[in-house]
Amino acid sequence: MAGVRVLVGTRKGAFVLSSDAKRENWDVAGPHFAGWEMYHLKGSPVEPERIYASQSSGWFGQLIQRSDDGGATWQPMGNQFQYEGVPGTHQWYDGTPHPWEFARVWHLEPSLTDPDTVYAGVEDAALFRSTDGGHSWQELAGLRGHGSGSSWQPGAGGMCLHTIVLDPRDPGRIVIAISAAGVFRSDDGGETWRPANRGLRSGESIPDEDAEVGHCVHHVARHAGRPDVLYMQKHWDVMRSDDGAESWVEVSGDLPTDFGFAIDVHAHEPDTVYVVPIKSDSEHFPLDGQLRVYRSRVGGNEWEPLTKGLPQANCYVNVLRDAMAVDSLDDCGVYFGTTGGQVYASADSGDSWAPIVRDLPAVLSVEVQTLP
Amino acid sequence: MIRVVLPVHLRDLAHVDREVQVDVVGEPTQRSVIDALEASYPMLKGTIRDPITQRRRAFVRFFACEEDLSHDPPDAPLPEAVVTGAEPFFVVGAMAGG
Repeated sequence: MAGVRVLVGTRKGAFVLSSDAKRENWDVAGPHFAGWEMYHLKGSPVEPERIYASQSSGWFGQLIQRSDDGGATWQPMGNQFQYEGVPGTHQWYDGTPHPWEFARVWHLEPSLTDPDTVYAGVEDAALFRSTDGGHSWQELAGLRGHGSGSSWQPGAGGMCLHTIVLDPRDPGRIVIAISAAGVFRSDDGGETWRPANRGLRSGESIPDEDAEVGHCVHHVARHAGRPDVLYMQKHWDVMRSDDGAESWVEVSGDLPTDFGFAIDVHAHEPDTVYVVPIKSDSEHFPLDGQLRVYRSRVGGNEWEPLTKGLPQANCYVNVLRDAMAVDSLDDCGVYFGTTGGQVYASADSGDSWAPIVRDLPAVLSVEVQTLP
Repeated sequence: MIRVVLPVHLRDLAHVDREVQVDVVGEPTQRSVIDALEASYPMLKGTIRDPITQRRRAFVRFFACEEDLSHDPPDAPLPEAVVTGAEPFFVVGAMAGG
């Protein structure tokens, strides 16, 4: 019987939440790696029992874990993330040059076709790839070396490469996003890169309206069936691209605030998009203490609040950039986790919500696997 | 045989109890003890020392015989009591954060 497996990374461990297709009764397994920061877990689309996980600690550094049995058991993989050549410098917060230093892996993106190939987005921003199941990692150094890298500057959360979007039509096409440098696109499997930020406006932090880099992109999502259409939650502004990130237009429309972190697209409706508006960059919680997911069914601009089952008073949590996901069951499930430790699920495309768990550590990431 | 006491997160990672014993090649030093520890428990590579620079991580400390050895040179000989096994070599997660 079909079901789902929700992979939750938190500040203090990882959890695996499982249910059948009804998504009413849940089995909660964990914490795995108790006490460690689990920035991200994601399963291979071609071998779902294989899951990669980023495990890190301010004390003991970075580990990569791999499960080949759906998260029941784990094996440590390679953890040498060495920048290629002389790493050079990027800008520090005060504008001075700062050496590139590896801090952690924010995001793991398994290949759409090969279970042994997985990409890692790291802080300080760089893209690594493993082609041996996570045993060894090589930097795709063309990204940092394309020309603007020395001008990149960290956002408040660090200079992280947090989003990796692969193209199901073309394995050479990769779109990534960095805070606070922006979106970059490769058409040759990651060898060469170019900025892809035309149309972004970041007047609150960049005086040059047409700045090629320096935009604080929070997350990018797309529908697998229409990979040229990308949706972005920027620091401020929700954006849309219809040409594979060549250009962007704002689709914030009637959102009550267009600041936020998470964004995702319905599994079967390419024009149905979800965001969680957050009050502002200085107040990282929902407006008026009401946790509301907003859904657009027309690709942006027109948004409706989804509130049924979500707290509508005294709620001051945040939903981080990698903490929203959708399943691909017939009635699309939508999931998100909060910094308050709740993981909410909707089994009806967002019309109604219920918590799977309420009291986990702060949730850093949520991914979903739809199982046969 | 050198006795090494690990912090709880590294015990869990290596699936061991509080204390392990390692055989050291050559003179027992911080470096040779950690080398031996990593050889016996490869999952600990990169957790005590940076995997690239091989420098002790900032929030890891080495204690023995009621002394903080963290700032000793990595190739300095360890105290005789550690070498004989009378005292363990402690790998400690520094007290930091909340």
